[in-house]
Amino acid sequence: MKNKEPLILAVVVFFTLVTYYLVEPYAHHVMHKHVESEHFEYKDLAEFTPTTNVANGKELVMSNCTACHSINVANMPAPMDAVTSAATYGVNPPDLSNAGVVYDAKYLAAFIADPAKAANVSHKFNDTKMHPMPAYNWMQPSEISDIVAYLQSIAVKAEELTPALAFENACGRCHAMGYEKWTQLGTKPTFKHKKDELAYDIKVIEYEDSIKAYMGKLPPDLSMYIRSRNEHFISTLVENPQNHLAGTAMPRTGVSAETMEKVIEHMKDAGDTKRHEREEVGMKVMIYIIIFAIFALLWKKQVWRDLH
Amino acid sequence: MENNSRRGFMGIAFGAVAGIGAVGSLYAMKKSWDPLPSVKAAGFTTLDMTIYNENELVVEKWRGKPIFVLKKTADMVAKQDDDMKARDIVVDGSHYMVCIGLCTHLGCIPAYNADNEGFVCACHGGEFDYAGFVRKSPPGRGFDIPPFTIKGTTLVLGEAGPEFTDMKANAVTL
Amino acid sequence: MAHFEKATSIHDWLNQRLAVDAVNRVMMTEYWIPKNINFLWAMGMVLVITFAMLLVSGIFLLMYYQPNVDTAFYSVNYTIMREVDFGWLWRHVHGVAASVVFLIIYIHMFTGIYYGSYKKGREMIWISGMLLFVAFSAEAFSGYMLPWGQMSYWAGMVITNLFAGGSLHADGLVEWIRGDYVPAQAFLTRFFMLHVLLIPLAIMGLIGLHFAALRIPHVNNQDGDEIDFDVEAKKYLDGDKAGSKVMRFANDFMSKDMMVVGFYLVFFFYLVFYHYGFAMDPVNFDPADGLKTPAHIYPEWYFLWSYEILRPFPFDVGLIAFAFAQVIFTLLPFLDKSPNSVPANRRGPFAIWFWVMIVNLIVLTAMGKLPPEGIFNYIGFVSAVLFIVQWLALPFITKLEKKV
Repeated sequence: MKNKEPLILAVVVFFTLVTYYLVEPYAHHVMHKHVESEHFEYKDLAEFTPTTNVANGKELVMSNCTACHSINVANMPAPMDAVTSAATYGVNPPDLSNAGVVYDAKYLAAFIADPAKAANVSHKFNDTKMHPMPAYNWMQPSEISDIVAYLQSIAVKAEELTPALAFENACGRCHAMGYEKWTQLGTKPTFKHKKDELAYDIKVIEYEDSIKAYMGKLPPDLSMYIRSRNEHFISTLVENPQNHLAGTAMPRTGVSAETMEKVIEHMKDAGDTKRHEREEVGMKVMIYIIIFAIFALLWKKQVWRDLH
Repeated sequence: MENNSRRGFMGIAFGAVAGIGAVGSLYAMKKSWDPLPSVKAAGFTTLDMTIYNENELVVEKWRGKPIFVLKKTADMVAKQDDDMKARDIVVDGSHYMVCIGLCTHLGCIPAYNADNEGFVCACHGGEFDYAGFVRKSPPGRGFDIPPFTIKGTTLVLGEAGPEFTDMKANAVTL
Repeated sequence: MAHFEKATSIHDWLNQRLAVDAVNRVMMTEYWIPKNINFLWAMGMVLVITFAMLLVSGIFLLMYYQPNVDTAFYSVNYTIMREVDFGWLWRHVHGVAASVVFLIIYIHMFTGIYYGSYKKGREMIWISGMLLFVAFSAEAFSGYMLPWGQMSYWAGMVITNLFAGGSLHADGLVEWIRGDYVPAQAFLTRFFMLHVLLIPLAIMGLIGLHFAALRIPHVNNQDGDEIDFDVEAKKYLDGDKAGSKVMRFANDFMSKDMMVVGFYLVFFFYLVFYHYGFAMDPVNFDPADGLKTPAHIYPEWYFLWSYEILRPFPFDVGLIAFAFAQVIFTLLPFLDKSPNSVPANRRGPFAIWFWVMIVNLIVLTAMGKLPPEGIFNYIGFVSAVLFIVQWLALPFITKLEKKV
């Protein structure tokens, strides 16, 4: 009696793999268009020539930017609280302490020169409805470079930029991340009295109403986005939202490639928290189960020795 | 006539390997049953000791239990004997009684009488003084004191500081 | 009171009260299994092991899951996945096992069809098995509702809408099933009840029936031979283990079962730790939103073939075709009019019928997942029609079979 088992196994595996291929990789390929990454080169933007005149940059920042932007590390407070800012401008102008490390330098310069254009949201604005931040293209390119140099000088070093900080700067003004207790107003504190907690929640809702009016809809909570979307999608989306969602109000944020990696890392910390433990335990379980299978095989052979 | 297939040593070896897997699964199951990190984190309550008024009982909460916080008047402090002094908790110059607000008899919550400077338990008539000592039975021991540690003008319940460790060592509290 | 004697040992004590020796002989050591079988015969044990893993992982998920529309998603994706020690492991095991169990069920089912294990006295095994398939399908569907993600909500919406019966407009029935106008709290809690209590009880009862239905006819063999189990058993017990055509369930068959289970578990745990995306669809990681339909809605892979039979026809026709597809497999023992109880490859036209059915079901599965556009529409329609035609033709094909 010929042993048909290898053939049977091959047939079963073949049909299983064909079904898997059609239902998973192929179908998802058909359903979702693929966008290539541009590696955060921002090729459409003007060339950037760095300068080193930090002092001049500081002067320019103090006289042009601090009317709207706080700079916590330089002890410059925000002129208004976040909720009032959002109600006034639509968005809350970000604190600039770490803008120099979070964003790509070439992008920063282009953004300062013309915010709507650099962020790819010009389609949202016209002569009557303008971007809340004015364009600084009347400045000399060298002056803008000085501003970038100053911002880079006050920011933390690239190695010191934590995933959480990267996320809070690049995304956190619009996107909440409930699973990390992050609201658009900052990390939600613990309150002793329910009344204080409710007052805080109301402030968040008011802020979210302002963003919703400005953006058209509320930017979603990103807690589980690393699993509901995938890494490649998120990376290419942030690189240029228009590539995936044509006409979207989401700005191109201008993060550097390194910052993007850290943002992804933070999203994994939120939505795939136990990944390291999963790999660790997985290795141990795989080794165990292979040993289990070997022992089962050996037992079978011993029992069947006199059955054949 | 053989009754069973010859199991031999391989069967027993396989059974042992399977047993290891079962033990591993039981370990994971036990860990899943453990209290969650958020529950354990909620096991700490921080009290701002600057807000209390003298001889006014305030009931806080720690691990789901009522906590009596009583700021002692200067008079109360002067009257204390050695035993009462052993229960005294001093934060930033003020003296307090801080304890779990459950009668050590059968667990009801006693009421405080500021005129009387003492606690009376409605369930069976037990009484405690302003330091937490038993004044009248049936309770058999003074109010239990939760683990605490003094940090500046705050008291953190749930964390055992040196003062608490001493109290435990001297059998002031369980 | 029956006569009892002073026991000579614990074993004897139990024997007098529970007949443990007799039970052991009937269910284990003298439950004779043909030797002429292959590893596909182990799929039953693989299913038992997988069901056990679903039960155990389910128990630990149940400790922390909250069947409330506001907290369900959080209880799964935050509490269980982030907070509970090994919570992520139980969730991954449960999700992967729920998907893989259907792969094994289909392999098990088609093994039965190929070798004719539904004929000649084995009809109840087949019917109880099909009832188990229905029960597992209901269990999978009800379970998928529980995380209350976008796919949970919209699959719940779509599948319950089927009960409106197309032109019958039985909206009242749909609202009754849901307990509300849309899938909401009532819907979630009742499907929680089904998933955690009622259907598992039904499954366990049906497994008992399935095993009982198998005991008298005995397990089939690769050639469909009729074996005189008494004669062969005697050969074995007289010492001719190699010459006998049968072997004991325990430990002869069980040791081979365990070996197959061992290889299966390597594959299974690889999926649990390293390749689980197919079992935990990304769309369900968005919290349910009744005001926003996802761009692509699709059922889990094991329902796709049947979903695709519903889609290509006008609604009422599709519903009838869908209902047909659910029950037709159960009628197999009665639609197969051939006297032959041998493997398909010896049954001429039936072999062709079998392989065409498998390929067609895979095509239907693929089309069920793909967007209903262009050529996919056309292929889906042809496949659905072919499915129906194949079943209608079966009595005629098998009636014309020559006796082997």
